[in-house]
Amino acid sequence: MAGTSSSKALPGQALFRIWRGDATGGGFQDYKTAIDPGMVVLDAVHRIQAEQAPDLAVRWNCKAGKCGSCSAEINGMPKLMCMTRLGELNLDMPVIVEPMHAFPSIRDLVTDVSWNFRVKKTIRKFQPRQPDENDGTWRMQQVDVDRVQEFRKCIECFLCQDVCHVLRDHHKHDEFIGPRFFVYAAALEMHPLDTADRVPALRKKHGIGYCNITTCCRQVCPESITITENAIIPLKERVVDEYFDPLKKLFHIL
Amino acid sequence: MAEYQTYPYDVLVIGAGGAGLRAAIEAASTGLRVGVVCKSLLGKAHTVMAEGGVAAALANVDDRDNWRVHFADTMRGGQYLNNWRMAELHAKEAPARVNELEAWGALFDRTKDGRILQRNFGGHRYPRLAHVGDRTGLEMIRTLQDHGIHSGMEVHMECTVLSLLVDSGRVAGAFGYDREKGHFILWPAKAVVLATGGIGRAFKITSNSWEYTGDGHALAYRAGAELLDMEFVQFHPTGMVWPISVRGILVTEGVRGEGGVLRNSENRRFMFDDIPDLYKTQTADNEAEGWRYTQGDKNARRPPELLTRDHVARCINREVKAGRGSPHGGVFLDIAWIKEHIPNSAEHIKRKLPSMYHQFKQLAEIDITKEPMEVGPTTHYMMGGIRVNGDSQMSTLPGLFAAGEVAAGLHGANRLGGNSLSDLIVFGKRAGEYAADFAKANAPASVDKAQIQSAADEALAPFERGAQGENPYAIQHQLQESMQELVGIVRTEGEMQRALDVIDALWKRAAKAGVPSHRQYNNGWHTSMDLKNLLTVSEAITRAALLRKESRGAQFREDYPDKDPAWGKYNNVVRRGGSGEMIVESRPVTPIPDDLKAIIEEMK
Repeated sequence: MAGTSSSKALPGQALFRIWRGDATGGGFQDYKTAIDPGMVVLDAVHRIQAEQAPDLAVRWNCKAGKCGSCSAEINGMPKLMCMTRLGELNLDMPVIVEPMHAFPSIRDLVTDVSWNFRVKKTIRKFQPRQPDENDGTWRMQQVDVDRVQEFRKCIECFLCQDVCHVLRDHHKHDEFIGPRFFVYAAALEMHPLDTADRVPALRKKHGIGYCNITTCCRQVCPESITITENAIIPLKERVVDEYFDPLKKLFHIL
Repeated sequence: MAEYQTYPYDVLVIGAGGAGLRAAIEAASTGLRVGVVCKSLLGKAHTVMAEGGVAAALANVDDRDNWRVHFADTMRGGQYLNNWRMAELHAKEAPARVNELEAWGALFDRTKDGRILQRNFGGHRYPRLAHVGDRTGLEMIRTLQDHGIHSGMEVHMECTVLSLLVDSGRVAGAFGYDREKGHFILWPAKAVVLATGGIGRAFKITSNSWEYTGDGHALAYRAGAELLDMEFVQFHPTGMVWPISVRGILVTEGVRGEGGVLRNSENRRFMFDDIPDLYKTQTADNEAEGWRYTQGDKNARRPPELLTRDHVARCINREVKAGRGSPHGGVFLDIAWIKEHIPNSAEHIKRKLPSMYHQFKQLAEIDITKEPMEVGPTTHYMMGGIRVNGDSQMSTLPGLFAAGEVAAGLHGANRLGGNSLSDLIVFGKRAGEYAADFAKANAPASVDKAQIQSAADEALAPFERGAQGENPYAIQHQLQESMQELVGIVRTEGEMQRALDVIDALWKRAAKAGVPSHRQYNNGWHTSMDLKNLLTVSEAITRAALLRKESRGAQFREDYPDKDPAWGKYNNVVRRGGSGEMIVESRPVTPIPDDLKAIIEEMK
């Protein structure tokens, strides 16, 4: 790629200001590189890696917006590097590429997101009702499946976690599971076949009360999942119904 | 002596896509200690990119479907070089494996009566692909991941295996490093399942993710196992061609399944011009019939756009070479035209093909509900791989199992779309089950420290050469360019001989690869470690393709353009000779039992 790009007439170059460093600290470094029409930020990072900085650390995988590996902050906005076209950025200014802020640094653009994988394990797993038919299968209508399918589009890029102030600014990682896992919990709670109850856990150990529905998560979701309105608010309503309904409270006392 | 951490397991699974996770779930269900090693984060494996669906003869949409039809379709698609036993087991067991996913939480699209919906796909006689819009792979991997994390398996994320350890003729475990810190790790194991996927990164234009560097193929080969059918690399007919930076990204066959048509620059549906004899009776000969088929008319035959991938890819290649291509060197794939038949077609397309709509809108600024896409062939899938026993999935090296794309046999000379997701769960389960049996029946093998030391020394050598060494990215790029140009969709003796020369030269350069800095998440170092695997599989593909002097399935030889019945009786096997040389030889295809032969005849 290096050879072909320098031998062709190029529309131009762009300046990339990339954060380099690790858990002990770091800073921005500037790289100028040639750009082609249609290029995305990840292409530019790869070109810089191949031609100027072979040890530049970047996590990526499918380069098609399907795996959610290459999350970063581009000009301050949480985005997937593979789905951010240079054409949508102002190239008169340096393009600033930083790792996600809500997770500890490993190196350069790579952060330690392992917390997310530990959190998932704490959420009660899917527990289906008895099969509807003798052959062990179920019957579900598309209309009942639709709303859960929206949640299951999640590619686990963790950009919603990155932008959530409860995690990013208040570091409540031990008390709050974050928008990704409210979406996960909602997908289970609203699954037509599921029978498990996660409402007590959502209230207590998953800390849903910390969310004050600023919708930042929904705004950065690359899959356009309506996180706040379709997942978190209905879960909050279930918690309220269960624990804060005055009639129910009275019933509990009696 | 190199420093390393040790994690012993009964069963070690390398790879955490559909096959690896399914194998690990199965092995863990027996109560054994099971470890999973994956190069990426959990849930990011290439399975996530599968779009169209998972093939299983559930007969939910067309009650004429059953395992016998699916078996015959798979064998026909593979040009009868398939391992018949795998094709039989796959067709019989896929429905149970798909239903099992539903029991684990997967939510497939539904039929009107509430069952799993199935769609049409190339080479499948009836609508057979259970799907979730065009993100079936994501649904599958997430289901297996979310189920698997509660099954007791231990996952080692972002680790690369450098070599398999062998002890007196059986596998003894694996040695590698974690990518985040760069520390070495030893995984002693009684049985190892390879589920590492494919080899697409050996080519320049590919739909495959960076992980597809042929690790499992090369690890098994170096450990002494045999590879099979390595000449058969599937070029998917429809990848994006523009912009350049997204060239190769997959455009699902589901677009054609939903009624999308291929046209050349003269606006002609060129697929009607060339229908192979093997498929003549099953293929529509006019546009109206083709459309009716995509809309579920049981009396209509499939449109020629849904012929097998090898054929469609070659037809596109021919149109482009003849100067009838699209502006950026592909052809046109048009789904927008269905507005002639379907009211509110834009909404319909967005619902049926949401990822495709999103992908073109975001990466190419094209609205597929209004205008045609430009598409061309892209390296997509490896039919060839580790030679395994059809029932157990054990390779020729005792204790070493393989499942999914890294294993060969099910697909023969060409894979049908949808048969890979079902491959993963059918043979992932089998590999996990039989690996667990092997682990129970055998004592731990002993680990040879010398093998570990030599792997560690080799891994650290690039740091000694430092930035003065050869640039690993440059070597990888040149290999990709050469394989694309010389061993791609159209092959000749002369070009492939040149490819061998290039590979030979690149082996020498790879031995001098150098990287600066340290071991912590160093992509340059990771790339230098991938080179050996990429070169091994590239050489195996080229040598096997040279030996097969005919055109069949995915292999098209311009110098031998016809199918040769004599070659239909042989599979090519690749193995490592005593002095490290690569040996390629033809072995007779295992004869098909009469009852299965009768099914094939009946379905012709």
